[in-house]
Amino acid sequence: MSLNELTVIDYLEMIRKREITVEQVIKDTIKHIDRVDEVLKSYLYINREEALKEAKKLDKTIKNNKDIPPLAGLPIAVKDIICTKGIETTCASKILKGFIPPYDATVVKRIKEAGGIIIGKTNLDEFAMGSSNESSAYQVTLNPWDITRVPGGSSGGSAAAVAADETLIALGTDTGGSVRLPASFCGVVGIKPTYGRISRFGVIAYASSLDQVGILGKGVKDVAVLMNIICGYDSLDSTSVNVSVPDFLSSCREGINDLKFGLPREFFSQGLHSEVKEKVMKCIDKLCQLGGKVEETSLPNIEYALPAYYLIAMAEASSNLAKFDGVQYGLRIEDSGDLEDMYLKTRSQGLGAEVIRRIMLGTYALSSGYYDAYYLKAQKVRTLIKRDFDNVFQKYDLLICPTSPVPPFKVGERIADPITMFLTDVYTLPVNLAGLPGLSINCGFTNRENLPIGLQIIGRSFEEEKILRVAYNLEQEWKEIKAKKPNLSFLKDQSL
Amino acid sequence: MSEKIITKKDVEYVAKLAKLELSEEQKEIFSQQLNDILSFFAKLKELDTEQIPPTWHLVASSEHFHEDIVQPSLPQDTVLGMTRYQENGYFRVPRIL
Repeated sequence: MSLNELTVIDYLEMIRKREITVEQVIKDTIKHIDRVDEVLKSYLYINREEALKEAKKLDKTIKNNKDIPPLAGLPIAVKDIICTKGIETTCASKILKGFIPPYDATVVKRIKEAGGIIIGKTNLDEFAMGSSNESSAYQVTLNPWDITRVPGGSSGGSAAAVAADETLIALGTDTGGSVRLPASFCGVVGIKPTYGRISRFGVIAYASSLDQVGILGKGVKDVAVLMNIICGYDSLDSTSVNVSVPDFLSSCREGINDLKFGLPREFFSQGLHSEVKEKVMKCIDKLCQLGGKVEETSLPNIEYALPAYYLIAMAEASSNLAKFDGVQYGLRIEDSGDLEDMYLKTRSQGLGAEVIRRIMLGTYALSSGYYDAYYLKAQKVRTLIKRDFDNVFQKYDLLICPTSPVPPFKVGERIADPITMFLTDVYTLPVNLAGLPGLSINCGFTNRENLPIGLQIIGRSFEEEKILRVAYNLEQEWKEIKAKKPNLSFLKDQSL
Repeated sequence: MSEKIITKKDVEYVAKLAKLELSEEQKEIFSQQLNDILSFFAKLKELDTEQIPPTWHLVASSEHFHEDIVQPSLPQDTVLGMTRYQENGYFRVPRIL
């Protein structure tokens, strides 16, 4: 077994028992990336020298029997929208080509302090705007389960890297499903904690009232380990919430017979792929077998979530992305014209079609005369969606539904039609509107094409522990699903 | 889509507000796509929200204060070092007037 295939839990145990070294793991991981990433294109940057240097340093600490830091050299891939000191951070956009942040995001700082190693920066839809990874200005990441299909987005590079063992675990961000959707498409575990649970300082903003950092891993306990490190209050982020951080790893224990589950019927209606429905219904049988109480429920306003979400996200994006003007960092296109001309040329040539479309719509929705009809209206609808969730959570501990209405689709299938692409997020984005925690876990595969299907578990604010407990119990029941790996046979076609 | 919510002229105006320069072809494509998307968003009109307050913030405890302690900021040369367009400790930009 190559050491990049380890889960985080196994890695930490083997390091503590001194059965392996950090250097071996980093070397195996980089070797594997070099083998597969020419095809998959998960990474925008591989942190070769620095990762090896850190590994050697940590091995020395471990050998000298000093205190082993909690992450003990664990290789972690980071979505390229999260600032890494000294490492180019592009948001997969041409406008940030060459931008080297002078500081680490708080999440990266905490990972480094805990002894984690940044193995590389992963691809995404430009500025996290997309559901397929196809809007990256640099490359399209492919789905390791079927390289004619998308890995989902926007954290598609992180999801594909985890699924194909190009890292042990990864960070993503989730504004409307950008961690959970690619987790579903790539058959891994993806968690978006409660809004305010994880600091967003140093995470380049897309839609500030929706954005949240999340984790993609090979198992439930793996993401719990990293949650323990990166969650918690940060004075540098004014939306960070000062609540105590429990031990998420200890919430991964057996037994769910004290829990009540609601199935929102709106998430099982039209547009849901039959095989996705079938597999999710099987999970529900499993939850009942395990002693959980499951009932059908309703979120009556949920059909309005999608337009409300996209209006809010685009309005906030148009404001957040106004700072990319070529003056202080990144791309500048300057010829004989004046300042205005430099702004226009830099932004128009530096930003891609999807980003421009969203900035245009957001600017329109915020402009004089339209603000009340669009932006204000959307924020009011958001209140209704939030109330729907508040109501069902009075009766149920958790909600269960599919993560995506469809299995991974083909590269090129949806990119020309923005509205069809938006619909991919229909089950995930209401969770962001309400700021709730959600997790996606692989619950099986389509029969003919063997494509992963994701189950979504949604909880009350700051009740990630219950979500992790349920996911862990399902994972214990589904050992054969977890054990299944993507077949990287496409490598045979490559002269590597 | 039926009604035209946004015209090519609107697209030009919005592009100007957003500091974007669009080609004729982009203007055509965006007017079409923006119309389609806005018609889709019009669904929200079905809901009566007269008495509903907007949700601006998800975090209820927005009033937390911290001690006013001076913290070091990034050194000037680090910040200016992110661009080659700098001169005498300032960012250099093209003529403004």
